[in-house]
Amino acid sequence: MTYIDQTTEEPVVRAVSPPSSQIGPVAWVRKNLFSSIPNTLLTLVALFLLWKLIPPLLDWLLFSATFSGSGPEACKATTGACWTLVGVKHRFMLFGFYTYEEQWRPAIATIVLLALICGSGYPRFWGKPLALAWLIGLPLFCVLMWGGVLGMPMVETDKWGGLPLTVVLAAVGIVVSFPFGVVLALGRRSTLPAIRTVSTLYIELIRGVPLISVLFMASVMFPLFLPEGVTINKLLRAQVGIILFTAAYQAETVRGGLQALPKGQYEAADALGLSYWQKTLLIVLPQSLKLVIPSLVNQFISTFKDTSLVLIIGLYDFLTTSRTAVADPAWQPFYVEAYAFAAIVYFAFCFSMSRYSQFLERRLGAQGRR
Amino acid sequence: MSVRTTDRTSGVPWYNDEKTRGVLYQVALLALVLFAGWWLVTNTLVNLERRQISTGFSFLWREAGFAIAEQRIHFEPTDSYARALAVGLFNTLEVSAIGIVLATLLGTVVGVARLSSNWLVARFATAYVEVVRNIPLLLQLFFWYAFITQSLPSVREALHPVPGVYLSNRGLAVPVPEFNQGQAIALIGAAIGVVVSILVARWARRRQDATGQPFPTILATLGLVVVFTLVGWLAGGAHSALSIPHKEGFGFTGGAELSPEFAALLIGLTVYTAAFIAEIVRGGVLAVAYGQTEAAMALGLRPAQVMRLILLPQSLRVIVPPMTSQYLNLFKNSTLAIAIGFRDFVSVDDTVMNQTGQAIECIALIMAVYLTVSLLISLFMNWYNTKVALRGSTR
Repeated sequence: MTYIDQTTEEPVVRAVSPPSSQIGPVAWVRKNLFSSIPNTLLTLVALFLLWKLIPPLLDWLLFSATFSGSGPEACKATTGACWTLVGVKHRFMLFGFYTYEEQWRPAIATIVLLALICGSGYPRFWGKPLALAWLIGLPLFCVLMWGGVLGMPMVETDKWGGLPLTVVLAAVGIVVSFPFGVVLALGRRSTLPAIRTVSTLYIELIRGVPLISVLFMASVMFPLFLPEGVTINKLLRAQVGIILFTAAYQAETVRGGLQALPKGQYEAADALGLSYWQKTLLIVLPQSLKLVIPSLVNQFISTFKDTSLVLIIGLYDFLTTSRTAVADPAWQPFYVEAYAFAAIVYFAFCFSMSRYSQFLERRLGAQGRR
Repeated sequence: MSVRTTDRTSGVPWYNDEKTRGVLYQVALLALVLFAGWWLVTNTLVNLERRQISTGFSFLWREAGFAIAEQRIHFEPTDSYARALAVGLFNTLEVSAIGIVLATLLGTVVGVARLSSNWLVARFATAYVEVVRNIPLLLQLFFWYAFITQSLPSVREALHPVPGVYLSNRGLAVPVPEFNQGQAIALIGAAIGVVVSILVARWARRRQDATGQPFPTILATLGLVVVFTLVGWLAGGAHSALSIPHKEGFGFTGGAELSPEFAALLIGLTVYTAAFIAEIVRGGVLAVAYGQTEAAMALGLRPAQVMRLILLPQSLRVIVPPMTSQYLNLFKNSTLAIAIGFRDFVSVDDTVMNQTGQAIECIALIMAVYLTVSLLISLFMNWYNTKVALRGSTR
């Protein structure tokens, strides 16, 4: 709207807000929920579902739920959730058969490991101090978990269980399989036929079979593979199985990055007279790994979820302990509470990882754009 | 490369020559692989001898001696291990095939719902995808299994939503048509309908190529198949007998029953894979530029034609390759059946392994079977992909 200012006699332009039917909550509701007859019907169905679902769910979760008590009897009368289960069993669900008095150790160890992992997530921290933190943190983790020094009793790996076990299997699986994955990916892209064939065979063989068969192989066949007298414990066998399996998938992700890198980068490195390893380590890998970081994080999420399969070969990971918590017939009716607790923990891990991958994608994407 | 070849004459030592080095690396790798293989095999042979386990697959023909609850192929404990494994393989294939179909349907619906202009519907779909994707499949399977066996009523108080359908903690019981000769003739009728409609579709395409006149092929096909089936059914005496389940004692007689294990595995696999398929479908639809829709509408095509002729062919090109890996994942994930007691191939194989102690053979069998089927699925999907891919494109 234009009008003439009385004092300066200059034309003044003043913005006029759009009519109230175009902005604000009413317009939003109209546009997003009731724009057409089918849309309105959908909205009504959705609202009906919400009305049918949310109040009973809240009632079950909170208002009618039992929070106190020390046994399943406390929940006899209730119609809501029996959170008493989590109250009574959470130590077992989180730490499995780890010596009860010593359970502060896996708790601290897991927090240290998670803090290190989270810290490594922020590109701002990438550098020497982080490497130093890992150099201190990892031995600290091992000392806390195993013990045997500083007056802490020794706890063997067959007693490890619960969330620390899940985190260890996933973290070690991801970290150790990564270099293997990179080497396999480079091997598959190699110009030397024997190296290419061996890498391709390995990757395709592993990707063609289910993880369970690899874990079976690890738990049943590894003892047969080793010379007489050499034994490796169950946890290590499962860990090796997870590493062998994950490496093949990470190799394919990395290969995607190697292929996405413009050919000019390879040619420029060749033109500079760099050797194969100089070219790979200085030019190719830094750029192509950056391209695939989001897919790598998605791969990490899969690995984290996949660790739950060690249940089948008899390790007490977090899913197994949650399941065992409701194996007792008295607690059996409250399986939903146990699985809900486990689901929330898994969800928290996986969802934060997927959000993190989106954050990285935005950040790295912004850097790459010119 | 060519630069290096001229270098060789100018006195570069042989060990710095790229070709020689390449050969050396490969020889070293092969030697390493062969050595590792030899080491593993000798260790294994020594260990097997020490434990007095004989090798070979002859144990497959021995009597199994265990029963299998879930069988589509008839199986007695007196049958051989090989037959037991065949029963398991059939169960695996059955649950995977049904799961793939259901997951594709559910995933497509959810994927389209996520793109809906209706805010609430889109939120619902997003919540579904995020929750399901971020919880391990095994946990979901345990939940469904516990839900069916513990929270559904007993057979006596079975839920009875539709006449003939019972839902209880023993699974789902549904009516099935009783098979007799009349229905065999109906099947023949359906087959004739399919053949005729293929011929009609061919004729319609040729006519459209020649004259530009379109023909309602889909409607015609539907009509032809239905009419021919009906004619066959009537000719066969119009049998309409259904085998309807009814309660008897602690179970059901008649009809077909889905065990709780089968139902839990099927629901779990479908729900889980559908979340991933939804994301693929969403990506595929988003990948087709909106200008394509506008251009098609400007040409005067109807919305259904826009979908069938313009949007679908283009998004399928994006969707098919990742969809293949989801199908493969579903197939491989069906092995989690062992955790809830469904008798799939791995579960039967595990029993065989425990009974016979033939660990190496049994694990080799699992790997061989899953590799083969994975390969077959990839081959089929690659063939389908070349059909939907751009004509003349290399992939």
